[in-house]
Amino acid sequence: MSTIDPLAPTGAAGADRSRRRLRSSLRKAAAGRVAVLPLLLFVAVAFGLPAVAMAYGSFTTYAPGQPSHYTTGNLSASLSGGYLTALLGSVKLSAIAALIATVLGLLLAQAVVTSRFEVLRHAVLSASGVLANFGGVPLAFAFIATLGNNGLLTQHLHLTAAGWNLYDLTGLGLVYLYFLIPLMVLTVIPALDGLRKQWREAAQNNGAGLWQYWRYVALPVLTPSLLGGFVLLFGSAFAAYATAAAMVGAGGAVPLITLQIAASLNGNVDANATNVALAMSLDMVVISVLVMAVYLPLQRRSARWLV
Amino acid sequence: MASVSALNSPTTAAPKASRSSRRSGGRPRFGRTAVLVIAALYFIGPLVCSFLFTVDSDPAKGFTFSAYSQIFSVAGLWPALQLSLLLAAATILVVFLLLIPTVIAVRLGSPRLRSVVEFVCMLPLVVPSIALTAGINILLRWGTEYLPPTPFWVTFVDMQNGSFPVILLLAYVVMALPLAFRTLDSGMRAIDVRTLLEAAQNNGAGRARAIVTVILPNLRGAMLNAGMLTLALVLGEFTVSSILGYTPFAVWIVNGNAADDGTVTTAVSLISLMLTWAALLVMSVSGGRRKAASNKPAT
Repeated sequence: MSTIDPLAPTGAAGADRSRRRLRSSLRKAAAGRVAVLPLLLFVAVAFGLPAVAMAYGSFTTYAPGQPSHYTTGNLSASLSGGYLTALLGSVKLSAIAALIATVLGLLLAQAVVTSRFEVLRHAVLSASGVLANFGGVPLAFAFIATLGNNGLLTQHLHLTAAGWNLYDLTGLGLVYLYFLIPLMVLTVIPALDGLRKQWREAAQNNGAGLWQYWRYVALPVLTPSLLGGFVLLFGSAFAAYATAAAMVGAGGAVPLITLQIAASLNGNVDANATNVALAMSLDMVVISVLVMAVYLPLQRRSARWLV
Repeated sequence: MASVSALNSPTTAAPKASRSSRRSGGRPRFGRTAVLVIAALYFIGPLVCSFLFTVDSDPAKGFTFSAYSQIFSVAGLWPALQLSLLLAAATILVVFLLLIPTVIAVRLGSPRLRSVVEFVCMLPLVVPSIALTAGINILLRWGTEYLPPTPFWVTFVDMQNGSFPVILLLAYVVMALPLAFRTLDSGMRAIDVRTLLEAAQNNGAGRARAIVTVILPNLRGAMLNAGMLTLALVLGEFTVSSILGYTPFAVWIVNGNAADDGTVTTAVSLISLMLTWAALLVMSVSGGRRKAASNKPAT
């Protein structure tokens, strides 16, 4: 720990001291490892075991009383028929909801950033932090009470007659926006803060209008953040299960991969369905890894503009 | 995935000068007001509507608070809530026991240790909770098949005990790791651990005592934040518990709603939402104010 050593080490005493210091720094490094060890062990057991079991299960057959053997059948089953429909349904819903949330989130963030009211900014940021992370079941219920079959707005505005249905992909998308837009606001506000006044003034001095400023200056600077935000939103919507399950019920009419996995895990119809569910989980992990692989570099790149 | 954006990170980015001179004419301001009003309607509307739904759903009965008074008598709510709170307390405890030594070690240790720990704590982000559940599910099935003759069987059965399912605890700790690590780590970054430790040790405190009496009190704010986030996560958790067949709070709400007319469960879910949000808002407001000066967002 001694950063300043008034006595220069000389002779035997010095060698002894430096050896002692070496030993103590070694001990400290070891102490660091020991302090981290429980965490690593825990993750290896509580996270590693299920993850490995999932990967192993998706490449093996399962039939009670018979030895399991290697197969790619689960994976190809998970990418065909109803399972594929569910995967594509999830991808479609997540992509569209993420795209809409990206645009609306940018608009809302811009409105907040350019506002004169400091209070508004703090309120929106705090609320976004809360809304983006915690919705799930209560969120689904709020929307059911509002726009479900017996919902307040549905009843008073006679929306069912007009063809409205909350329990399909459109309705789910509307609910997902409730946590996706705040997530986008959180992602993009730092980037909007990074747009400097001077850039706008320079563009104006060169004769650029509002449109040209956005087209040639602001949007190119924002692109990495917007793309990164979109990918993050996609991943978030893709992994969502609780909201969808509370709204349409596991294995309901809406084709979503999370609902499909839950239905296969719960159903006792076909023993092998569990292994297909594991293969679908593996598909999800692959997509999540891709999402992260796109998101992290974009995020680093957009950080360049945030001084 | 959502947890990548730590609740308190972007709030801390100090407002830059970009706001001041954007007021160019009337049109953008009109547009801004429209955006804000529509956003407010969309975000507040469902909450107001679900409140009205709970007090005024049946035209025959008219305006009534019976949905709220029934909360205290409705069957199954208290056991479910107790289970959730018990799990939340246990999860917070385990998260602290695992992460606090880690964040201190990471702060004092080498950069390599840091990147290893960061990677490990972010790993759960690429496995959606439903996929984790599928993995746990298959492990439990294998266990039921192969463990009965072995001495592990008793432990295995105990882990799935309905009054305190350790298996859920394990899953929740894994799910809480990314956000809790980020929160605690950014809290550690705000204090000068090395200097504090040296000062304490120069005053004759041992290393352990220095950590307990000097470092931990400085970490109180971050610990409160991490605890609140974990609490909110466990109280709202539905995926793992519903598929593995347990009935904590969120699962009870959904099952209860399938059974009766829904005003009571909607009322309960509305209250839980409000309480969670109130706690988290208080936390993000106080945390944001305190940290605004010191550190940049963790990401």
